[in-house]
Formats: sequence, structure tokens, C-alpha cells
Amino acid sequence: MQTTEKIKPCYPLFGDDDYVKSLGDKRALFEEVHSPEKVYETFMWTTTQEYQDLNFGRQALTVDPAKACQPLGAVLCASGFHKTLPYVHGSQGCVAYFRSYFNRHFKEPSSCVSDSMSEDAAVFGGQKNMYDGLANARALYKPDMIAVSTTCMAEVIGDDLNAFINNTKKEGHIPQDYPVPFAHTPSFVGSHTTGWDNMFEGVIRYLTLNNMEGKEVGSNGKINVVPGFETYLGNYRVIKRMLAEMDVGCTLLCDPSDVFDTPADGEFQMYAGGTTMDEVKDAPNALTTLLLQPAHLEKTRKYVEGTWNHEIPKLNIPMGIDWTDEFLMKVAEVSGKEIPDSLVKERGRCVDLITDSHAWLHGKKFALYGDPDFVQGMVKILLECGAEPTHVLCNNAHKRWGKATESLLASSPFGVNGKVYVGKDLWHLRSLCFTDQPDFLIGNSYGKFIQRDTLYKGKEFEVPLIRLGFPIFDRHHLHRQTTLGYEGMMSIVTQLTNAVLEQLDRETMGMGTTDYNFDLVR
Amino acid sequence: MARLRQCAIYGKGGIGKSTTTQNLVAAIAEAGKKVLIVGCDPKADSTRLILHSKAQTTVMHLAAEAGSVEDLELEDVLSVGFGGIKCVESGGPEPGVGCAGRGVITAINFLEEEGAYDDELDFVFYDVLGDVVCGGFAMPIRENKAQEIYIVCSGEMMAMYAANNICKGIVKYANSGSVRLAGLICNSRNTDREDELVMALAARLGTTMIHFVPRDNAVQHAEIRRMTVIEYDPTHKQADEYRQLAAKIVANTNFVIPTPIEMEQLEELLMEFGIMSVEDQTIIGKTAAELAAEAA
Repeated sequence: MQTTEKIKPCYPLFGDDDYVKSLGDKRALFEEVHSPEKVYETFMWTTTQEYQDLNFGRQALTVDPAKACQPLGAVLCASGFHKTLPYVHGSQGCVAYFRSYFNRHFKEPSSCVSDSMSEDAAVFGGQKNMYDGLANARALYKPDMIAVSTTCMAEVIGDDLNAFINNTKKEGHIPQDYPVPFAHTPSFVGSHTTGWDNMFEGVIRYLTLNNMEGKEVGSNGKINVVPGFETYLGNYRVIKRMLAEMDVGCTLLCDPSDVFDTPADGEFQMYAGGTTMDEVKDAPNALTTLLLQPAHLEKTRKYVEGTWNHEIPKLNIPMGIDWTDEFLMKVAEVSGKEIPDSLVKERGRCVDLITDSHAWLHGKKFALYGDPDFVQGMVKILLECGAEPTHVLCNNAHKRWGKATESLLASSPFGVNGKVYVGKDLWHLRSLCFTDQPDFLIGNSYGKFIQRDTLYKGKEFEVPLIRLGFPIFDRHHLHRQTTLGYEGMMSIVTQLTNAVLEQLDRETMGMGTTDYNFDLVR
Repeated sequence: MARLRQCAIYGKGGIGKSTTTQNLVAAIAEAGKKVLIVGCDPKADSTRLILHSKAQTTVMHLAAEAGSVEDLELEDVLSVGFGGIKCVESGGPEPGVGCAGRGVITAINFLEEEGAYDDELDFVFYDVLGDVVCGGFAMPIRENKAQEIYIVCSGEMMAMYAANNICKGIVKYANSGSVRLAGLICNSRNTDREDELVMALAARLGTTMIHFVPRDNAVQHAEIRRMTVIEYDPTHKQADEYRQLAAKIVANTNFVIPTPIEMEQLEELLMEFGIMSVEDQTIIGKTAAELAAEAA
């Protein structure tokens, strides 16, 4: 019974007798449920190889796709520019979803508007919504720039952002020179990473395409860094720190690390930090542009190479020792600066840390999923630690990524048992976790359901989830971590090793049964 | 090499857009230009005379088979026909379901991303279904796509209504972008004073009738064989008509923002040419019986 003196949340409240009875009655009287035996039998069937074969033959259904839609990425991208308001041309519900997604991950407000297209806009086109929307958004929230993306609705009826935005200016709803970059981001194509790429290309195109006169590659002596869809705030900071230590001028093109981490000082900050328009306009003058997540920045690459005439170095995401080395050596090569002692020392500490822990990670099997570059980086880290990636799954990658990841696995004896799955979902991964059980699962919060299901089969079948990726809704502040650079490697190895040790503690806690290995020192 | 010119052909359904476009393109190709046709009509009949095929396999059909458009390669959707003309059909749903406009958007995006518009090309022609009924069918006239619009029409009343409506669509995009009306192509239906009427309409719209294509059975004879006249009977006088049209389009520089007219003005124009009789206000809303009673 709920009482004001002792208010219980749903757990353990629903375990009280009155609730147990009420829920039991509901099931018995209204839900027409199968018997618990039948449900259990069916559950057990879903853990078999037979079911897995059927599951992988599935064609017309996706269960838990491990990706989000294009405009979500566009909104994150827009948030990374100084005093820029993300504006989604389309229906309101979509924007509520993007905002709540970021709220839940960052535990921060996410400012974003929609022009609320409804039935009449679907028939007559959304131009009028844009007239009012852009004028109102500018008047109310006073951004310096509004970055427009689209939802499915606007895309299906074929609204033309370029024409609509120009007409809005022409009709005098916003000033002619007011910056409104845009990107078409149909949700039914690609994923959040595609949307990030499209929006980013839209912003740099808008700010530089007609400003290329007098631009000269290398004239500002800096290096541009494009993060891609990145939700680890520590990653923005570590890149800035490493390049500062190298004394290399760096323009982080898109940086939402302040706006999603504002201090609680009594003032609400709708905008904070971010890359300025002047920095973007100056970006073609840089020595080169580095793409931190090259697998999903195809459109950006084309524009930067074609219009800025930058030679983009072929690099992988700087995760793990090797790829961080390559990243820093490339920065040194392009800038002509030495890699400083501080980073050499940091690398040494990282190697030391890996050596300290490798005995625990060696031979441990990991299933993992997430965005394409992150997954490759994680595979690289696991291989470097002597751990074995077994099921490597990415829904939103292309076939070329699959091939590249397979050769990455083949490059190490620890990767020989790894198998790559492109375009598969978490229900496929659930099957794999039953039929070829890994020791751990690495992924976002959605992986917790795989952990629950494997545990239900029996303690010895449980595949514990290690939370790395996006989104992480059910643990706090992990988004502040770092996954890039030596710092990121140290953070990830710490997390992995402690997950192994915690699991070992759980298993050896049996009083008088398994506690012969319940050691104080690990 | 000259800049790639992208042209879109619009016009009332059934007016002969696809036939005119293919004959025109065949004539341009015959003159040594490199041309790509993009059929933007779910019927997918924009390239059959070039390819001698019933209907080319479309982008959307292949995408639906492969699972998504991202799984396609350019060579899957691009066929080469008469005179080295490259052909693509966007395709779309069966009548009554889905969204054909989105198919056009998807197909054109795909072609751009896959580099179909290479440096070799001189011309791209978009053959677009009937009227500009929704945003999808305006895709070919978005910024950085077709900049020249040709409207196929005839001296028939509905064809001229449609031409005027299409101009209304163009204005929306022309005001903010670089798309322009480049002329009317009269595909003759042998109506009275047809050339004068279409020229008069063109003048009202701020453009010209770029060519008057006479009606000739040679077109049908060729079409039965799934060929253009240019290919089927290059010596025929109708082939020369298409060659003239092609030459005029190649040399055309008269690109304007159209000035569509109000319905009343259009009706006045039609009355002037005797296509529509002067309205008798007294008969409106009266039944035959009432009129008979009045007459008695």
C-alpha cells in the first residue's frame, strides 16, 4: 500500500500483495495470456539455433535497429555551432523525440524548434510554415544562425528547402543576409550518422561556397577537425587538449561540448560555446581537414576535397594505441610540429595500464554494436588488449565498411573468430548471444534487454552489458567520458577490466562454494 | 567543354511529351551531343523509343528489389540506346498507391550521388509526368537541376490551361532560383489557327513558341517499331522537323521567368481565337426544359 510517509516507486511497490493480486487478476481476466509453461517453452525456443536460422531469414521486420533517424543527427550537428538554433521543417512530434533523446542521454536541455506542419501543410506544402517559423524562431530565440533539417513528412511531399528559405527572405520574413543553412534529411534513408553528415555539409556549403575567393590552403596554419556524430563530450575536449599540447592551431568544426554541459549557475543558457561562423568561413584556409569518423562523413569529404581543395588524410577513428599514434603522427607531419613529451608520456602510461590489465582481458569474448566508426575503434581496442571480438554488428554501415572491418579482424590472431554483421538488428544479436555466448556485450542502453533475456535462461548464460555508445539513458554521466586518444583508451580499458572483475566477484561470492576465488586483490 | 545544360519537359498528360522528347533528343544526339534522359513518370515510357524496349527497368523497381536505393550501382539503372543516349527511368508505384513524387526525388538524388551527371554530358532531359502536381514532380526544377523548362502544348483548350498552370509552378521556383521558362513546343493537333494561338499564349507567358511540330503519321509508324523518326526514317520530312527543334533548343538563350495569366485572360484569349464561344450569361443554370419554355 502506498502511504505518504513512505512513498515507494513502482519497484518495489508493485511487489506488494495488493498490486500482485491486481496485476494477476488483470492477466487472468482480461489479457487472455498463455500459461506460464507455454510462455517459458516459447522463450526457450527463441534461444535455439533453429530459431536463429529463422531469425536471420527475417525480411519484413526490424526489431530494435540500433540506429536513429537522420534529423536526430542533424540536430546534434546544428547544436555544435555558435548561437545556432536547430530548426526542423516538419511535424512537431519528431522534434519532441529528438529533444527527449538528447535530454535523456546528456541530462541537459536540448533547444530545437519545429515549424509544426500539419494536415494543411501536407496538402499545400510547408512554405507558409517556414515563413512564420523562421520569423518567429529568430524573434523569440535570437540565434545568429538557424540550421534547417527536415522530417519524413516534408520529404514525402517534396518541399524544397532552398526555394522556401530564399522565398522567406524575399518576402521579408527574415533579412536577406540572415544565415539559414539547410539539409534534406529524410528519416527513411540512412541513419542519424547520415543526417549529421548532411547537415554538416549544408552548414559548410552555406558559409563557404560563395566565400572561396582569396582562400588559400594552409594560409591560417591550422588544422580542421570534423568530429562526426559524436556524443562523448570528453572526445571534443581530448582532441582540443592533444592539439593544444602539440601547439597546433585546431578548429573543431562542430563542438556541442558546452551546450550539452552547461553549469548550474542559475542562468539558463540556450546557446553555449560552439564553432563560430567566422571559424567555418576561415576553415578553407587550414592546412587540411581531419575526419574523426570517416566511415559516415562521405558527403563532407566530397565537399571539403572538391571545394576547399583539402587533401584529407586516410585515417581511422583515433581509438586505441595504433590509430591514435597514426592520428598524432599525421598531425605532426601536416603541421611540422613535434609530438611533445607530454603526449609521449601519456602514451606510455596508457601502454602501462594495458599491460597491468591485459591478463584479465586476454581471451575474453565480446559481442559489440554501435555506429560504424565507433565499432571499428572498439574492435581495434579489443584486439590491442588481446580480447576477442566475436559478434561485430552495425546496422547503419555500408558493405564496404563490413569488408574493412573483416580485414581488421583478420589482421590479428584475436580476431579470427570474429564475424561482422552489417544491417542486422539487436534481435539478431540476441540470437547470437544465446547460440554463441560471448562473455560480455558492448553497446548502448538497449543492450540491457539482451542481458535480461540471457539471464532469464540461467545464471550461466547471462551476457552482461558494458555501456559504451549512444544512447545511454539508464546510467548517469557516461557521456562525459572519453573514448578517443590515449585518454579514451585508458578510460575504456578501465571500464572493460572492471566489468570483468565485477562479474568475477559476482560469480565467486558464493559463501563456502565459490568464494575460494573471492579475492581481495585482483 | 560547354557547361552541362539541364532541361525539363512538362505538359498536359497525353500531349506527346515523351514522344517529342525522345525524337528531340535523338536529333540532338545525331548532331553529336551527349545526352542523358531521365524519365520522371511512374509509367516509365520516356526511353522506350531510344532503347527499343517495352519499358526500361526503373530505379525504384530495382531499389525495391535490392532492399534500398543505397544497394544500387549506377550501371544497374543506366542503359545506353540510339546515338549513345543514356537512359534512366525513375519509376514509381502502381496507380492508386504510394507516392510517385518521392520516387522522382529518390531517383534524382541517387543519380547525382552516383555521378551520373559526368563531365562528358552536354544535355540532361527530364521527361516529367503531366502537371507539376506535387513537390516531387518539381524536383527536376529545384536549384542546380534543370534550368530550362520546355512545355509541350497544342492549340487545345486543356493543353493551354495546363501550360499556364505549369508556369505558375515554375514562378514559385524561378523567383528564388535560376530555373527559367525556355519556350513552348507546339505538338500539333491540327486545330484551327493553332500556331497563331500558341504563339499568342507564349507571348502572354513572356516566352516564345520555339517550334511548331506538325502532325505526321511517320511518328506513329516509328513508334510502333519502338523507334524515333530520326532512327526509323532519317530522310523523312518529320525527322527534319525534330532536327529544327533540336537546333533551336541548342541555340536557345531566351530564358525567362514566366508571367502566367489569370483564368479570365486565358478564356479571353481562347474566345479571341474562337476556341471557346462568348459566354451567354442568360443561359447559366437553366435546364433544357426551362430554355425550351423560354424559346417558345
